[in-house]
Amino acid sequence: MAIASPKQLSVLHSLARRPWLARLVVIAALFAFWEIAARWFVDPLLLSPPSQVVASLDKVFGTSGVPAALQLTLFELAVAFVLAVVIGLVLGLAIGLQPLVRRSFFPIVLLLYGMPQVTILPLFILFFGIGAASKIAFGVTHGVFPVIVTVVAGVQNLKPILLTGARSMGASHWQIFRHVIFPHMVPSFFAGMRLAMSGVLLGVLLAELYVSIAGIGYFTTLFTQNFDPAKLLGLIGVLAAMAIVLNAVVRRAENHFARWRAE
Amino acid sequence: MARPTAERPISRKQGRVGRPLSRLVQAGFLVAVVLIWYLAATRWGVNRLLLPNPVAVYDNLLDILRSGEFIGDLETTLGELAAAFAISAIGGVTLGYLISRSRYWIEVFEPLLAAIYSIPIILFLPLFVLFFGLGPASKIALGATISFFPIIINTIAGFGHVDRLFVRAARSMGASDYRLFRHVLLPAAFPVILTGLRMGFTTALLSIIGSETLASLAGLGHRIVHLSEAMEMARMFAYIVFVIAIAVTLNAVVSRLEARGKRD
Repeated sequence: MAIASPKQLSVLHSLARRPWLARLVVIAALFAFWEIAARWFVDPLLLSPPSQVVASLDKVFGTSGVPAALQLTLFELAVAFVLAVVIGLVLGLAIGLQPLVRRSFFPIVLLLYGMPQVTILPLFILFFGIGAASKIAFGVTHGVFPVIVTVVAGVQNLKPILLTGARSMGASHWQIFRHVIFPHMVPSFFAGMRLAMSGVLLGVLLAELYVSIAGIGYFTTLFTQNFDPAKLLGLIGVLAAMAIVLNAVVRRAENHFARWRAE
Repeated sequence: MARPTAERPISRKQGRVGRPLSRLVQAGFLVAVVLIWYLAATRWGVNRLLLPNPVAVYDNLLDILRSGEFIGDLETTLGELAAAFAISAIGGVTLGYLISRSRYWIEVFEPLLAAIYSIPIILFLPLFVLFFGLGPASKIALGATISFFPIIINTIAGFGHVDRLFVRAARSMGASDYRLFRHVLLPAAFPVILTGLRMGFTTALLSIIGSETLASLAGLGHRIVHLSEAMEMARMFAYIVFVIAIAVTLNAVVSRLEARGKRD
């Protein structure tokens, strides 16, 4: 491109000034590449072009059971997330507030957190059955550890003088928790909730993909075995969008509640 | 599949006070867990298909180690891990470096990569199986894809946040491209890249065992599922212990390497 026309130059200029526009171009290019590859170069039994995937979305939702399966998966995610946060908060406070308990059990928590939990996935199915309970349980064990770790870390940098001060002014246990401990651990607690969300997503989806009778795992298997990549990609796309939205919500909440620190 | 490892907020000085007592509590906890397990399996009549006797598990573990029957599965899993990590490490560091060469490309790509990183990529496993079959190829492809993102994101962060002053100073003293890279950019970015590589390794291991569990013909994850379907609980528990020990050892080795690399 030795001599660029003024028009070309202005296009390049507006791209150079707006990275998000260039990002959209990159995304569009990726989709175009996918479309071309799927249309002319790859076996249609293995990959569908994005245009077909979008067109088949209503067929995916029309498949009997799919809306219910998405609902069920969302339900499993919600229950697992709430349980992980509540259990993690309680355990984190129990471990973090007592120095001896913390020194004894926090290393155990870190060790468990570092273990590849997917090795015990078959056990969860044996213990909790192939229904929703095993997915929720597996999601909880993935989500609970980051909450414990961040709550312990958040409680830890609490200045003892604040506790002593509150106590000497006659604050009850609940008041100390509500007005001293809680505001202090809010930033790290929400960071923990964000990690818990990605953990819960991973745990629930792993268990779903492993074995499922009514959840989305059942349908991903069905579409795979039927060599129906358009529907498979449509369903996966919906789930990926769901994951992005859930992660974004938690991140937004984290930024919102951590604000008082910065001020 | 992102699992950022927990930082250790406890300072060393604090940890040393009263250490014997906490060690004692830890030992007591471990003994209590094994004891409850033993009693539950032998006395309290918990179904053997749910909870095998720990003694039987121990015997099976010894048998597995002695007979060497794990070698084939271990080779499969470690081979997949090595291939996946090699692909993602080389691809992630190279592409990350190329993107980080201009502020503009960082602005373009970083949010995009971060958004993809927040999707549980394990979702795409059925697609990988369609494409690459049930053999090792689908595990390598999935493991490489999942571990690619922490590596490239950290590489961009490492190279992208080098103090511009250093670069300008080196340039004004006449450093060549190579010397700038070797003596300024690389030393500044190296610790962050190492962190990315460690995270990539951990996630690669996790996703390979995971995909072996979900759909495969061989490997350690497949062995555990196979034993679970055969209801050979004691042997399955023994394999779980074996796999966890290997994973924890590998992760510890990688963390050690990371710490050593950062010190130099």
